[in-house]
Amino acid sequence: MDKFKRKDLLGIKDLSAEEIKIILQVAETFREVSRRDVKKVPTLRGKTVINLFFEPSTRTRTSFELAAKRLSADAVNISTSTSSLAKGETILDMAKNLDAMAPHVIVVRHSSAGVPHQLAKASRASIVNAGDGSNEHPTQALLDAMTIYEHKGRIEGLRVAILGDILHSRVARSNVYLLTKLGAEVCVAGPNTLIPQDFQHLVENGLTICPSIESAIQDADVVMVLRIQKERMNEAFFPTMREYSIHYGLTKERLKLAKPDAIVLHPGPMNRGVEIASDVADGSSSLILNQVEYGLAVRMAVLYLLTGGED
Amino acid sequence: MRLLISGGHLIDPAEGENSGKNVLIEDGKVKAWLNQHEPIPEDVEVFDATGMIVAPGFIDLHVHLREPGQEHKETIATGAAAAVAGGFTSICCMPNTNPVNDNAAITRFIIEQGNRAGLANVFPIGAITKGSEGNELAEMGEMRSAGIVAVSDDGRPVPNAGIMRRAMEYAKDFDLTVVDHCEDKSLSAGGVMHEGKWSLRLGLKGMPALAEDLDAFRDVLLAELTGAKVHIAHISTKGAIEAVRLAKQKGLKVTCEVTPHHFTLTDAAVEGYNTNAKMSPPLRSEEHLEAVLEAIKDGTIDAIATDHAPHHPDEKNLEFDRAPFGIIGLETAVGLAFKQLVHTGIIDLVRLVEMFSTNPAKIFNLEGRGTLRPGAIADVTIIDPDLEWTYKVENTRSKSKNTPFDGWTFQGAVIATIVGGKIVYHRDRF
Repeated sequence: MDKFKRKDLLGIKDLSAEEIKIILQVAETFREVSRRDVKKVPTLRGKTVINLFFEPSTRTRTSFELAAKRLSADAVNISTSTSSLAKGETILDMAKNLDAMAPHVIVVRHSSAGVPHQLAKASRASIVNAGDGSNEHPTQALLDAMTIYEHKGRIEGLRVAILGDILHSRVARSNVYLLTKLGAEVCVAGPNTLIPQDFQHLVENGLTICPSIESAIQDADVVMVLRIQKERMNEAFFPTMREYSIHYGLTKERLKLAKPDAIVLHPGPMNRGVEIASDVADGSSSLILNQVEYGLAVRMAVLYLLTGGED
Repeated sequence: MRLLISGGHLIDPAEGENSGKNVLIEDGKVKAWLNQHEPIPEDVEVFDATGMIVAPGFIDLHVHLREPGQEHKETIATGAAAAVAGGFTSICCMPNTNPVNDNAAITRFIIEQGNRAGLANVFPIGAITKGSEGNELAEMGEMRSAGIVAVSDDGRPVPNAGIMRRAMEYAKDFDLTVVDHCEDKSLSAGGVMHEGKWSLRLGLKGMPALAEDLDAFRDVLLAELTGAKVHIAHISTKGAIEAVRLAKQKGLKVTCEVTPHHFTLTDAAVEGYNTNAKMSPPLRSEEHLEAVLEAIKDGTIDAIATDHAPHHPDEKNLEFDRAPFGIIGLETAVGLAFKQLVHTGIIDLVRLVEMFSTNPAKIFNLEGRGTLRPGAIADVTIIDPDLEWTYKVENTRSKSKNTPFDGWTFQGAVIATIVGGKIVYHRDRF
């Protein structure tokens, strides 16, 4: 584990392929913990993890909390409703105050891009980005990668389609960075209003914008569907949810264009019948619940690696 | 009281002057130019400007002084102190104070505070519309009588083309230049940086160049319709530059200014979520920076203005999305102009003086300024073109410290600033 020497995990953008592989390898060893009767190891006993969530989250926050607890770390959760931001404190002051309590890790989610980066400069604790605005969501990309590895045995050379709201998606960005670093061919598609201009230049190679959902799915090994947020409708990105589902949703018919053994991923929470049809979400290709399981292992690995492992 | 600036190299583009001359100042005005071999007159204080450039006082067409209303960011006195330290003898302050400078009483207050500070000349710019709300015209005539030199709704540009047309027509009656911050907010709303490769990479919401282009073309077309004097503030895009070029080809009274940060930095400076790289218009991409430099070189851009926009650290040290737009710029403008424009060979010193003094005086009709011809007001900027120096924001005279240029080194420094014949700043003395 000598090669992972970072203080923070702020994004996938700056990680090397080697570092990504280390996290995934460690995650693999932690998967087994959650299958035991007694789901706990003493690895991080005496360490403190603070989950600082400025955006609502069920899955990610629970996953980080359980990851900490299964490693015997003490976990404290702070969500917006109980935060001091309403009292006029700045986010940096809040981070410094938390830092003064000497936690080992602060996991942060915020609607503004760059907040984890700002906190990382201001605090001694390791910062884990659990989603910042439209920027990155590194642990999501890591768990997606783990899911793909487990079911495809590799990432290099795979064809991955990412469908939906690319413009606002931190999941899409982190996945594009990770998958192209590991040699996949990534194709994104969605309504033209939700695909940023020149998105293919986000990375040096391995990324293309497909002209249609169908052409993106064609011969794909992995189909990743992004959540569509209702408020985008009011911002005139597309007319109605109904039209979205007809023209851009992942249906059984469309999935037939993919390779016969293609797998389907979704970061959740799903809008059934909108971006993904229920028969696809619940079908044999869907690994959506496996993703959640791998998410826990990946987060255990991240906490473990950032705190320097066992003393 | 007589002052002789001796031994310097006088650059006065308005008079076609570019040679060694002594400048004699008497009673706040330029009395005469003397050849340097002539004997020094008696009873004069001598300022030794050997090896230095002597230029008509620099005029900043675009500053925010925050008084009244936001004195924790800047006051007229601290802004004027920063101005003279940066070589500016005159500063023109935007009306977005609290309350907005949309009436003669506020205009008079600003002028009085400027006089009280007794440093740089402070020329207020009045609002175009009441409260800069874009609906009803402000009392431009009354404000003109009280001392405004131009009108602008700066950061809240008039969105309604019909109202902008009336504003231009009306401003013409009072010979007021209409200054526009070009931004179609229907395209840029919610944006915090330039829309492009870097906004994509940083996950921040972009402000497309088109938002500036569109408004600039609108203003040029309105200038053609109305015949008004229109000045495009802090130009930053290729498209807006094309609009100004078109206007100049057509012979319209359209001018524009550029900020030092827009001719120096690109949107790459935002990396690391540096809120001191957040301004509006935003730092643009390489392509736009090249267009800006080209337009400085070919004369499309008339003036350099700082858009000095002080903000308190408590306001800047926020999430990138929430931090306010703007940086301070009065003390770094000359250094940056030397570094980015003169030393790179894009412009010569004559054009530098033109952009800092001659043209700004013309754009806002500042009588008796922008030149040192005998009879002109004795506002003088004295520069050592060779002196190397490092900008340390901890020593700034501004109340605020929001700059991306802390620690930058420059060659070319302001040595002294003279306003109305009085030395109000000297690098070595105060």
